[in-house]
Amino acid sequence: MLGFGALVVAAAIVLATLSADYIGRLGPALRQRAPWLLVLGVIFSAWELATAKFAWLPLPFFPPPQAILEVYTDDLPKLLDSVLASVKLQLGGYVIGALLGFVTGVSIGWSRSVGYWVHPVLRFIGPLPATAWLPVAFFTFPSSWSASTFLIALATGFPVTVLTWSGVASVSSAYYDVARTLGAKPSFLVLKVAIPAALPHVFVGLFMGLGSSFAVLVVAEMIGVKAGLGWYLQWAQGWAAYANMYAALIVMSLLCSGAITLLFGVRDRLLVWQKGVVKW
Amino acid sequence: MVALAVAEPITTPAVGVSLDIENVSHAFDIDGAALPVLHDVSLTVEPGEFVALLGPSGCGKSTLLRLAAGLEQPRSGLLREGGKEIEGPQPSRVVVFQDPTLFPWRTVWNNVALGLEAQGILKQRRQRVDAALDLVGLSSFRNAYPHQLSGGMAQRAALARALVNDPKVLILDEPLGKLDSLTRITMQAELVSLWQRKGFTTLLVTHDAEEALFLANRVIVLSERPARINADIRVERPYPRHRGDPYLADLRRQVLSLLGLEATW
Repeated sequence: MLGFGALVVAAAIVLATLSADYIGRLGPALRQRAPWLLVLGVIFSAWELATAKFAWLPLPFFPPPQAILEVYTDDLPKLLDSVLASVKLQLGGYVIGALLGFVTGVSIGWSRSVGYWVHPVLRFIGPLPATAWLPVAFFTFPSSWSASTFLIALATGFPVTVLTWSGVASVSSAYYDVARTLGAKPSFLVLKVAIPAALPHVFVGLFMGLGSSFAVLVVAEMIGVKAGLGWYLQWAQGWAAYANMYAALIVMSLLCSGAITLLFGVRDRLLVWQKGVVKW
Repeated sequence: MVALAVAEPITTPAVGVSLDIENVSHAFDIDGAALPVLHDVSLTVEPGEFVALLGPSGCGKSTLLRLAAGLEQPRSGLLREGGKEIEGPQPSRVVVFQDPTLFPWRTVWNNVALGLEAQGILKQRRQRVDAALDLVGLSSFRNAYPHQLSGGMAQRAALARALVNDPKVLILDEPLGKLDSLTRITMQAELVSLWQRKGFTTLLVTHDAEEALFLANRVIVLSERPARINADIRVERPYPRHRGDPYLADLRRQVLSLLGLEATW
C-alpha cells in the first residue's frame, strides 16, 4: 500500500518537474529541489527495504517508516500536549533570559560601576553549564516548572549578556562624538546609538542562547518536568516504543530549526541595513 | 506657537557668532606622561568669518577643534562662543569630521534628522530635514543607507546633518581630506557658497594650503606639536576665487615656507 503511494508521489514529482515551465512560479522552485526529493525517495526506499522487507536492522530499535507515520495518527493528542508543554517552557525561559541578558549586557557595557560589580559574578557563574544547577534548582524552586524556566533563562542569558556587552563596548567613540555635538543626552546615546550599533552582536548572542537553551530544555524535561518532548522521549524509550521516540525526535528537530529560522527572520528585518555591508 | 514657527524666516543672514580662544593649552596623558599638544593658543574669530587652521599633521589642530566643539575641556585657558564660555557640546556648534560617520543603521534622511531628534524637536521641523537634503543635492537618496553612498555623497549627507541644526559655528575637521581630487574641488566650491548663503562662522582644519587659501578669509599657520600660532594671514580676495590667481599662488609660497616646505618651490 505504502509502496504504491510512494510510486504515485514519485510519478507526480517527475511529471511536475518535466512540466515545470507550465505550472508557473512553483515550477522553478520544484526543479531546484528535485535532486533532493529524488535522494529522499531513495533513502526512504532503502530504509523500507532494510527494515520491513528484509529485516536487516533489528526490531524494535529500528522501526520502518510507516510505523513512525502511524505514531502521528495514533498518538497525536499526547504528542501535541508534549509539543505545547515544551514550547511554553522554552518560550517563557528564553524570553526572560534574553531580556535580562540584554539589559545586563547594555548596563555593563555602558556603566563602569555596574561592570565592576557584575563582571566577576558573570565570570564566576557564566561558564558553568546551566544543567549543573539542576539538582540545586529542583529543590530550591517551588515547582519543577519554575526551576526549568530558571535554568533555560540562565542558559540563554549568559551568551546574550556577554555578546550584548561586547557589542556595546565596541561601538566607535566617533558615533558618540557626532551625537553629542548634535545635542544628544545620555539616554539618547544609549537607546539610539549604543543599542542599534550593538544589535548585530546581540543577535549572535540570541542565536547561541537559543542553542544552549534547547539542551537545557530537553535535560530538564527528562529529569524533572513530567511533560514536554524530552519527557515523551524518555517515556517512549521506557516502553521500548522506538517508533514514538523517532517521531518525537523529528518533531523536536522541526521545532528547533523552526525557532532558529524565526530568529533569523527577525534579525533580517531589524538589520536590513547590514545587507551589502556584510555577507551573511 | 505654530504661527510663530511659520513666521520665522527661512534663511537668516549672518547667524554667525564670534569664537574666542584665550591662552588655551592642552596635553594628553600617554603612559602617565603628559604630552603637550597645544601651547598658549589665542585666537579671535569674528562673527561670520571663515578661518582655516593649517599645520603639519599631528600638530594638535584637531584637538583645538574638539575643544571648540566642547567635546573636551582644555587643561588651561578659556574658549568662548559669542562671549559665553564653552562648557560642553552644543548643537549651535556642529562638527563635520574627516570620516562622514553616518550611522549605518539609519537611512540618509534619518541620519540628517539625528540632531533634531536628539533635541526632541523633529516633529515640528521635519521639513527642515528635507530642506537640508535639497541643499546638498541628496533628495533622491533620502531612503538610501550610508553604505550605498559614494564618499562624496556620504560627506554631503554629513554636511546636511550639521546644517539642519542651523549652526552658529560650523567646525570642519578635514572634511574633504579623504575625497578624490575632483569631488574635492566641487565640494570646496559648494562649501563657500553654503557659507556665503548661511553666514555661519566657520573653523576649518586642513593640511592642504591651497584649500585653505581658496576657502578662508584668514589662514592661521600652526607650528609642530605642541601647536602655537606661527602666522595669521588675511586672504584679501573676493569670492568666487580662482585657483590660478597669482595672489593666491604667492600666499601659498609664503605659507609653505612657514611650514618648512620652501624647498618644494
